[in-house]
Amino acid sequence: MRAQANPRLMLVILSAVFAFLYIPIGVLFGLSFNEGGLPTAWTGFSVKWYGSLLANDDIMGAAFNTLKVAVVSTVIATVLGTLLAVGVEIRRRKGRFLETIIFAPMIIPDIVLAIALLSFFSLLNVTMGLHTVIVSHVVFNLAFVCSVVRARLKTFDWSIVEASTDLGAPTIVTLWRIVLPVLMPAVIAGALLAFTLSVDEFIIAFFTAGAGRDSITLPMQIYSMIRFGVTPEINALATIVMTLSVIALTLSQRINRGRLPGQ
Amino acid sequence: MQDRKPLYLMTPALAWLTALMVIPCVLILVLGFFRRGLYGGIDYTFTLENLALVFDPLYAGIFLKSAGIAGLSALIAVVIGYAAAYAIAAAPARRQPVLLFFAVLPFWSNYLVRTYAWIVLLNREGLIASFAHWLGYEGELPRMLYTESAVVIGLVYNYLPFVILACYAPLSRLNPEIAEASRDLGGSGWTTFRRITLPMTVPGIATGFVFVFVLSIGNFVTPALLGGGQFQMIGNLIYAQFLTANDWPFGAALSMVLIAIMMGLLTLQTFASERASGARHEET
Repeated sequence: MRAQANPRLMLVILSAVFAFLYIPIGVLFGLSFNEGGLPTAWTGFSVKWYGSLLANDDIMGAAFNTLKVAVVSTVIATVLGTLLAVGVEIRRRKGRFLETIIFAPMIIPDIVLAIALLSFFSLLNVTMGLHTVIVSHVVFNLAFVCSVVRARLKTFDWSIVEASTDLGAPTIVTLWRIVLPVLMPAVIAGALLAFTLSVDEFIIAFFTAGAGRDSITLPMQIYSMIRFGVTPEINALATIVMTLSVIALTLSQRINRGRLPGQ
Repeated sequence: MQDRKPLYLMTPALAWLTALMVIPCVLILVLGFFRRGLYGGIDYTFTLENLALVFDPLYAGIFLKSAGIAGLSALIAVVIGYAAAYAIAAAPARRQPVLLFFAVLPFWSNYLVRTYAWIVLLNREGLIASFAHWLGYEGELPRMLYTESAVVIGLVYNYLPFVILACYAPLSRLNPEIAEASRDLGGSGWTTFRRITLPMTVPGIATGFVFVFVLSIGNFVTPALLGGGQFQMIGNLIYAQFLTANDWPFGAALSMVLIAIMMGLLTLQTFASERASGARHEET
């Protein structure tokens, strides 16, 4: 493989692909610090667009809503997802049906899950708001936490569990004091991933948030701003959102000393 | 721990998934067979009209157009993504994880923001236009934003990292000795690639293609933002049935057909990669 590749051609390909991937993001990043705010001319370095974000009540309110949704749904999903992962891995028999249900939330297209949940909530006459966004986000967050924790369990030494049981520890004590500490890095990594996904998630939130102004999340706010065109404030907001996701995911990967999910 | 214990560990999560995923999805399947109510509600009488309406030339046309755009995006993403994965797999082993990490990183940042970046680049007063003027181009530039090409660019851009990942896996596992053997037997670089490397990495290509296609055909954000209002893909049509036209049964029928297409492709892809890995086992 290595011997046959033309190094110069490989370098050209890599440079071109990385330029394609990073120039658009880099442009936003640069423009967010442009005094004039327009892509046409650089008029000097300024953080005033970040300042105007802080002064924008709509954006701050949406950011606060997103924080609420992400924190609550991450906590629920982390508990449920970790228990699910341990439960699935303890079982020796692997059911195909069970695997499908656990994987489904990661592969179902967002729009399908979104309209399914919208119809479900409407038919049950549930008033929609941040709470419906939260319970909906738990669905996919749970699946991602579960898959990160399960990856860790593949190399788990079950004999320490047997030892603990043989020494008379009740199951709950074994889980809390033996299994959980070993799994902790994966649990934290899974939680960080879930948090990031929830902060960034738009489509499901858009369909399940109801019509009220007070249940708008940050991605919903960004979407409506983008539809009205380019404003320098979005550049600043985009830069913040992107930087936070990158930090959270890098952290998640470091803690788990593994790879990004899907890798 | 006995086999009974796992059940209560799994119950809360499985109950959550059943209530908020399985039942709502089944509901969508059922809704598609009911009539639309007089005032936008649902009239619970069985009908196949919604499903038949999906195959009406008007809507079938939108399906075909969406499939065309999704197919084109998937094709371009696979060509670029395969080349990138190949180049990463050819890099020195200790650099590969870093290169892969940075190739995948954009995939984990906000989808809306990544799409918005292209509005900044493509609009009339955008960066590409300014760059062309700076180079001395005086004439009127062709419209770039709110076109089909803009939608394709946006989809390729957003899903490219996924294809790189999918193609890298089989490429990095290739045994270099097989390619060497081919060259020792007189095969040129191109012949070796076409007859050895490419066939052995088909599963990665299939996975990349199917996923980009599936994610693109139901997409409504990218067409709405980069395609402008003029232009509808199947995702936008479904969106409209639920949020503006208030014809839920028809929206459900559209979703049903969309899900069927997606499931069919995903099954095909699983089948293809299982066959490919089966073939490899026979060889060894």
